[in-house]
Amino acid sequence: MGVLGQAWDWLADGANWSGENGVWHRLGEHVYVSGISLAIACALALPIGLWLGHIGKGGALAINVSNIGRAVPVFAVLALFMVSPLRSAGYLPTVAALVLFAVPPLLTNAYVGMREVDRSVVEAARGMGMSGGQLFWRVELPLARELVMTGLRSGAVQVIATATIAAMVGQGGLGRIITAGFNTYNTPQVFAGALLVAALALLVEGALVAADRLFPRPAAR
Amino acid sequence: MAGQNCLVANDWICWDYVTSRSQELTDATVQHVWITGVSVVIGLVVSLPLALLARRGRRWAAPVLGLTTLLYTVPSLAMFSLLLPLFGLSASLVVTGLVLYSLTILVRNAMAGLEAVPEEVREAARGMGYGPGRLLWQVELPLALPALLAGVRIATVSTVALTTVGSIVGKGGLGNLIAPAVNSSFKAQVLTASVLCVLLALVADLALLGVQRLLTPWTRATRAPRAARRAKPVPAEPAAPAATTPTKGA
Repeated sequence: MGVLGQAWDWLADGANWSGENGVWHRLGEHVYVSGISLAIACALALPIGLWLGHIGKGGALAINVSNIGRAVPVFAVLALFMVSPLRSAGYLPTVAALVLFAVPPLLTNAYVGMREVDRSVVEAARGMGMSGGQLFWRVELPLARELVMTGLRSGAVQVIATATIAAMVGQGGLGRIITAGFNTYNTPQVFAGALLVAALALLVEGALVAADRLFPRPAAR
Repeated sequence: MAGQNCLVANDWICWDYVTSRSQELTDATVQHVWITGVSVVIGLVVSLPLALLARRGRRWAAPVLGLTTLLYTVPSLAMFSLLLPLFGLSASLVVTGLVLYSLTILVRNAMAGLEAVPEEVREAARGMGYGPGRLLWQVELPLALPALLAGVRIATVSTVALTTVGSIVGKGGLGNLIAPAVNSSFKAQVLTASVLCVLLALVADLALLGVQRLLTPWTRATRAPRAARRAKPVPAEPAAPAATTPTKGA
């Protein structure tokens, strides 16, 4: 119980929450950076993935983007941005690295979701005289929604988790609490920082699930 | 002369850096390779029994899959931090974290491979008098090999990328070169180490593809395309391991 209890004490201490290095400030940075990155990644990946899935082409592209994304360390990408002129551009290096990292899963899931839609349903809709646009909005997208949302949820969780890496190159976010604890051998603080990140990730995942429930679902399959 | 200048001018690409620091680069690469290698091998050794356990029925499958998926959502920086009280600043800390991450991919792929063994093949082997152990070693595992090795490839590639984060405890292989170079704005060092890291992932992937071909010659002749397609990530409910897990942040 030792470390966990000490971590709890650290979290319960109001002094750790205020100020430039406090939890609130770092949490704000973390949410801000993750939110912007996820929004940009969605704006880029979802239209492309859904459209490629709709026309049924570019599967190799969608899969390969995902495969390459796996091989590229976010830490290295972030480090590259940090030694480039982007260094002085505030949050830009972190956001750019996180967008690059979030696009592959979103793109692949959107594409696969569209392709997994039962072909016979698509054929039937075509036979009823639906245009490409109608097919896309009324048949394919509602049926692909489950997988697209899965991609969005795991993308969000991964972006939040990965945003901690920004601290390793001196950028803001909750990761700073972890690295600061590391540098001063303050294990309870490290533990508390990790707990905060995990809690934020779970909270966002829960919020996305709740938001998904708000929208009407298509009729049972 | 031009070489000297590129270090002074802090160029992105500097061959002089590569030649003058070749020892440092080799050491970092060697550390990177062994940390990755040890992690994947241990991951494989741990994941096989877990997959066999999970196969025994729903009662085991849910906790095994749930736990390995949960582990995957822990941020890498936090994972290494949380293991710190157990291992201290050591390579075993990094290896343990990487093993825990690799389990998600390896267990799922091992299970998928075992499940794909046709029931009539099992029946035939049983009919020929194979006991459970012999059935597993001589029939099921060889047939599960393509899916299993596909998982090993995915796990290896993402482990190579993740190892860099280990630089927080000074055991990050090539990441050890990246972290200090950021503070000193040493462009050539950051770029060279990053490129080496990506190259390492690609080389490892190709090498494992070769191993896969050697070990499963029967898939090559006619079923190669299908095996390759199966190796591609296919998202499955509830936690799409494929389209989503592969990009574990590093």
